[in-house]
Amino acid sequence: MKNPFNHDHPPADTPLVNVQIDGVWTQMPKGLNAVEAARRVGKFIPHYCYHPKLAIVGNCRMCLIETGGPKMDASRAPVLDASGKPEINWVPRPAIGCATNLTEGMAIRTDSPLVQECRRGVMEFLLINHPLDCPICDQAGECKLQEYSVQYGNDHSRFVEEKVKKPKRVDIGERIVLDDERCIMCSRCIRFAKDTVHDDVLGFTERGSHTTLAVHPGQRFDNNYSLNTVDICPVGALTSKDFRFQMRVWFLKETKGICTNCATGCNTIIGSRESTLYRMTPRENEAVNSEWMCDQGRLGFHYIHDPKRLTQPIARHGPETTPLAWSEIIPQVAERLRQFVPEQIGIVASGRLTNEEAFLVAEIRRVLGGDSVLTDYVPRFGRADGILRSADLNPNTHGVTLMGLSNGGASLADLRRSIDAGQIRALVVLHEDLTAEAGWDGATLQKLDLLVTLGLLQNPTTDRADFILPGASFAEKRGSMINGAGRLQRLNRAIPSPGQAWDDWQILLRLKEALGGGNGLHTIEEVFKAMAAQVPAFAGLTLSRIGDLGIELEAAMPKETATE
Amino acid sequence: MSNPRAVDPATQLVEPEHAFPVSEAHGALVTFPTGFEAKCDELITHYPVSKRSASLPLLHLWQETFGHISPQGIEWIAAKLDLQPINILELVTFYPMFRQHPIGRIQIKVCRTLSCALAGSYKLCDHFRERCGTATSDAHGIASSPEGKYAVEFVECIASCGTAPVIMINDDFHEAVTLQRADELLGKYD
Ligand code: SF4
Ligand code: SF4
Ligand code: FES
Ligand code: FES
Repeated sequence: MKNPFNHDHPPADTPLVNVQIDGVWTQMPKGLNAVEAARRVGKFIPHYCYHPKLAIVGNCRMCLIETGGPKMDASRAPVLDASGKPEINWVPRPAIGCATNLTEGMAIRTDSPLVQECRRGVMEFLLINHPLDCPICDQAGECKLQEYSVQYGNDHSRFVEEKVKKPKRVDIGERIVLDDERCIMCSRCIRFAKDTVHDDVLGFTERGSHTTLAVHPGQRFDNNYSLNTVDICPVGALTSKDFRFQMRVWFLKETKGICTNCATGCNTIIGSRESTLYRMTPRENEAVNSEWMCDQGRLGFHYIHDPKRLTQPIARHGPETTPLAWSEIIPQVAERLRQFVPEQIGIVASGRLTNEEAFLVAEIRRVLGGDSVLTDYVPRFGRADGILRSADLNPNTHGVTLMGLSNGGASLADLRRSIDAGQIRALVVLHEDLTAEAGWDGATLQKLDLLVTLGLLQNPTTDRADFILPGASFAEKRGSMINGAGRLQRLNRAIPSPGQAWDDWQILLRLKEALGGGNGLHTIEEVFKAMAAQVPAFAGLTLSRIGDLGIELEAAMPKETATE
Repeated sequence: MSNPRAVDPATQLVEPEHAFPVSEAHGALVTFPTGFEAKCDELITHYPVSKRSASLPLLHLWQETFGHISPQGIEWIAAKLDLQPINILELVTFYPMFRQHPIGRIQIKVCRTLSCALAGSYKLCDHFRERCGTATSDAHGIASSPEGKYAVEFVECIASCGTAPVIMINDDFHEAVTLQRADELLGKYD
């Protein structure tokens, strides 16, 4: 992700300068701003309008600090103190930290009495017209105004006048709601819209004591990245329609995840409570998505709680369906599959499988007959937007390709023809609906003697299936995927699977064992290890070594699935 | 398993309250007098570094030409300067001298600041308002007469404090205006 600004990451070759931060001398890249410099030595300068990825405008004044420079003697040489360090000449008035760029010999104080006094003043002004509707505000619990009030503000209000009234619950976009009374006019959202996603529709009207954040009349903030403004809005002025009033944020358990709605694989934080996923927010990863994600990806999780979710393993005998325990159904599936010769079996894999699942599918295929088992995956393409979204809508095309399950979709037609011709009589379909998504008609599926599906939702393919195996969604399982740029990243389990639905790797592993391929794998770590032993791209890796931010795979990724 | 979604009328969203009704945005459009666009282009050449700096001059020109700044004006000026309309709307709503609706044709400004106030400008302003039959003031403090002939505004110091009370009628300056002089002056403008 290319940000117009990266104030927190100056170019590596930036020269260092000597600076004093709260009395301690250290070296920092020249030109770094004081907020970032303080952060690097573990000090925090509170700020509202400053954001490392946005233009610096210095309008909130929360980051006021004291600055100084070396004291010079008559011959313009620095005056040194007893320890040989330059003495500081402090500037008598405060300066904003976000727009203070380090120069040689600069000194800053981040927490002096003057600085504390400044912060109290800024907080008092910000709160004058604030509606203080924290009890019903979605931001409560992760609101900078609340946090800084506690840390840097006053313990009481001196304000006896009338508060300024402004528009509330304003519908400014498809997925976003504005409460102008809560807005502290930091302009982060305006700068994000304009500079990061080039959709300059937000602005301040009526500037003065009635400053109002607004969309231009007749325009809307419908941008596919609009919900990032909800994240960067320091207060509850911008809220997500999807998440509004759904859950108090402090009840949310946070799990590190990745978005599986396209091949970019934006890093996320999954917010869940008990077995419900409530929201996804971007997690910083400069190698992938920086601090952003698209709205489609962010909201593209509700299907996992769809009423059509499959929660019970089911076997069908003619018109009858029988719910079965996993221990019963897996041997039955294996038994039926064994009745076919390799040339009679087909597998439809999916770019939604994790590497581990794809590896196990490849193992099953080997047991069933290897290359004689016609196999492909279902490609899925949209349009790259030049910001984050990839044209490849499968999260793990590289992974299924690496495991030898993909022929780029070219074999799907052969598969279908062979079924229609009665050559292929058994089909295993993983996380795909062949009707709506691959465009097959039901007649082809009717020709099959055996159809086994593993997936999440009931659909026309599962309606025809002889065995329905309910799997786990991206938020319910562990495993890894390779994004479009060849980065190996991890999924983590945020919530349990509903009902009897089970981790796909467990299902696949048991099926493989039942087919006669027992190999002493018991945990996902062991599956990864077995995979790493076979797949050179993963040589030397373990699931834990992937880490939270993923790692660049050295092996070159196949070209035909490149994302942009 | 499904995510419980609350529906409550108290959480119903409201339409954005705009500085002008959206329906007006493409209402009656003005046609440009000859030379208007050429004048705009000429003004833009005064700002070789950034066209954006021509925003205020163009707004002034628009208001002088058409009496007020309509949605059409905002959108046209934005397009002219390769800006977005919101960038222009921000300016129009910030500067009190820009008006978003028409006012009376003959504009009377009465000074209200100290010298003039001491010299009777409050009475003078009331007198004008009465004689012109202007209604209550708009958001900009300008009171226009219903037929659209007069607009009376009580303004801050117009820098002739020694000859108080002073007024301006359109672009003309008048000093030491008594009530009688006020009536004479009104007669001169039509
Ligand atoms: S809505 Fe939020 S981000 Fe935008 S200006 Fe207001 S406080 Fe800042
Ligand atoms: S760009 Fe792709 S990976 Fe990122 S949030 Fe959107 S859909 Fe998800
Ligand atoms: S963070 Fe520096 S002025 Fe707002
Ligand atoms: S006080 Fe009226 S002109 Fe200055």
